[in-house]
Amino acid sequence: MPNSTHIVYRKSSWWKLNQQRLTPWIFLFPGLLLFLVYVIWPIFNSLYISLLQWDGLSPAIYVGLTNYIELLDDEYFYISLLNNLKWLILFMLAVPIGLGLAVFLNQTIFGIRLIKSLFFFPFVISQVVIGIIFSWFYNPRGVIGPFLDKIGLSNYAILADENFATYGIIFAGIYPQIAYCMILYLTGLNNLNTDQIEAGRMDGAKGLSLFKNIILPQLKPATFLAIVVTVIGSLRSFDMVAIMTQGGPYGSTNVLAYYMFETALSEYGYRMGYGSAIAAVLFTIMMFYILFFIYRMYQSEKKGL
Amino acid sequence: MKKIIATLTAILAMGFSSSFAGTLVINTDLTDPAPKAAFEWAFNKFQEENPDVTIEVNNFDHEGYKQAIRNFLTTSPPDVFNWYAGNRMLPFVRAGLVEDVSDIWSDTGWVDGNLTEGMSHAKKPMTIGGKQWGIPYTYYQWGVYYRKDIFEANGISVPTTWDEFVAACATLKAAGVTPITIGSKYLWTTAGVFDYLNLRTNGYEFHMALTKGEIPYTDPRVHAVFDKWDELVKPGYFLENHASLAWQEAIPPMINGEAAMYVMGNFSVALFKEGGLTNDNLGFFQFPEITPGIPMAEEAPTDTMHIASGAKNKTDAKRFLIFLSRADVQEEMNKTLGQLPVNSGSKVDPDPFLEAGLNMLNNAYAMAQFYDRDAPAEMASEGMKGFQEYMVNPDRRDKILERLEKVRQRVYK
Repeated sequence: MPNSTHIVYRKSSWWKLNQQRLTPWIFLFPGLLLFLVYVIWPIFNSLYISLLQWDGLSPAIYVGLTNYIELLDDEYFYISLLNNLKWLILFMLAVPIGLGLAVFLNQTIFGIRLIKSLFFFPFVISQVVIGIIFSWFYNPRGVIGPFLDKIGLSNYAILADENFATYGIIFAGIYPQIAYCMILYLTGLNNLNTDQIEAGRMDGAKGLSLFKNIILPQLKPATFLAIVVTVIGSLRSFDMVAIMTQGGPYGSTNVLAYYMFETALSEYGYRMGYGSAIAAVLFTIMMFYILFFIYRMYQSEKKGL
Repeated sequence: MKKIIATLTAILAMGFSSSFAGTLVINTDLTDPAPKAAFEWAFNKFQEENPDVTIEVNNFDHEGYKQAIRNFLTTSPPDVFNWYAGNRMLPFVRAGLVEDVSDIWSDTGWVDGNLTEGMSHAKKPMTIGGKQWGIPYTYYQWGVYYRKDIFEANGISVPTTWDEFVAACATLKAAGVTPITIGSKYLWTTAGVFDYLNLRTNGYEFHMALTKGEIPYTDPRVHAVFDKWDELVKPGYFLENHASLAWQEAIPPMINGEAAMYVMGNFSVALFKEGGLTNDNLGFFQFPEITPGIPMAEEAPTDTMHIASGAKNKTDAKRFLIFLSRADVQEEMNKTLGQLPVNSGSKVDPDPFLEAGLNMLNNAYAMAQFYDRDAPAEMASEGMKGFQEYMVNPDRRDKILERLEKVRQRVYK
């Protein structure tokens, strides 16, 4: 009998002893479970599927690295990769332009709220709508047609030109991204420490040097966020491509995300293995980038910045 | 949500109904208003004539059907289902999921007349391995739609040979009119041109062998097709910037008189007429002959009805297929569909385009189903990308054909 009371006592004591350590895990459990089911497991499952030859219905055949070897010999894959790079580099322009607009709009005059919201508007419109409207713009019979005529480019359709179509899409994609960066910086500008600015002014800083040395460092969290969302936005640039060109003309505007969709899920697709192999490559690129960024963030936090 | 409920009821219906004798289970994807009305009429008519049969219809949505058919044919086959002719049905026939209906096509199997006579021109696309696997009930023609008034103003008569066709293009170009309009943004329009050039240069058998993957894309006969294509592309006879236009967006140039011809399917007529063209200035002609003496096959995507090999009620299924091939039934259905009946005994409404199409197809040697139905999906998507690239950059022909050959070897292995 004393034995049993002893056990009960130990049980409750174990809980009491470990309560502090266990509670966060119990609270985290639902989230972790979802993360595991919807993020971690699909990643590994996709990696597994990339080793198969599978049309989604009939039995899958294990083919090892065949899909990846085929990727190396696939010119559409290289075109997509190169286009992703173009997206990545040009999309970065959204960050300084957004900053510029934010600084410009950060003043207190009558009606500035309205003007700010007008500038923010592109981000509110759905990407699909932006894509459609820009493809109307670009149509030689559309809005910019007459202007192009004047500079001697009559009947020029940028979306049909394999060399420039990607830039046309990127330009449309940057349009809402600028608004996004702008709003991030506007909130950042609201939280500026006025004491520091005053102190800077006292010490004779003004104009560009005030901006560079006092304001910009304070906007670091906003910059960090803006860069992260822009990079991720550029890497998953799927909707614009799907709407404006569908990867065309003849695959010249493909990006990895769209090419993956095309091979695995479109009407002519159903190559799940090959699509997964493309996804794996895209995932690796994103992973490298994210790890690099987390490392940088960790380093700067260690320095206490 | 609606879709899910429809699918659920479909699954339930399949489970319950097929066990009763005299019940005919039909799976379809006829959700658009016209096909739906046409089939409702046909179902009622069939039940009127055969009061002992109860028809159970499981209607899927059009896009979902392409996926669903793979599932329901293997797991819970209906008695009758609709699909498409040519190589689109090949995977299912090969997997033994479709019932051989050659007996309906044979002279003795046809109850109320002779099916082979009325539909002999449509027999080839229904034939795999010497047997027939279904019944065609509607199709529409492809060909060249043109502006009669522009042709007249430039003194051009309807071309029947390749030389006349190229000469007509040259005359139009010189007169400042774009000879042929096309919108290739969604790729498939280019396949219409390729199919016709190939059918006319090398003939139906070669075209089918090519789309079945039996002939390399680097074959000199394929190059011969592109030689003909060169004669149109290199002098700039096609609309500029076609790669940025959808097929509908290529119609306005023809409506406002900037372009004169369009290689298209008959469904485009509605759009031409909406844009203000009438039977007086819009015309149709058969794609001209290229290699003399090659029997003229046409492009005519055909919708078909099949019996599943796992059907429980094959007797009534065959009765339904025979019913569906009848001239009077096809005539009535196609009036609603606005397309052409396959049975040559059927008449069409007095419409110059339908009449021209009917006349052309009834005399056709054979019917191709369109590149993306005749070739497997993977080959079709790469092929059409290649055609579009060629039409923009004719100099890259060799590179493109080599790439297509690489794809062919992978797809058909």
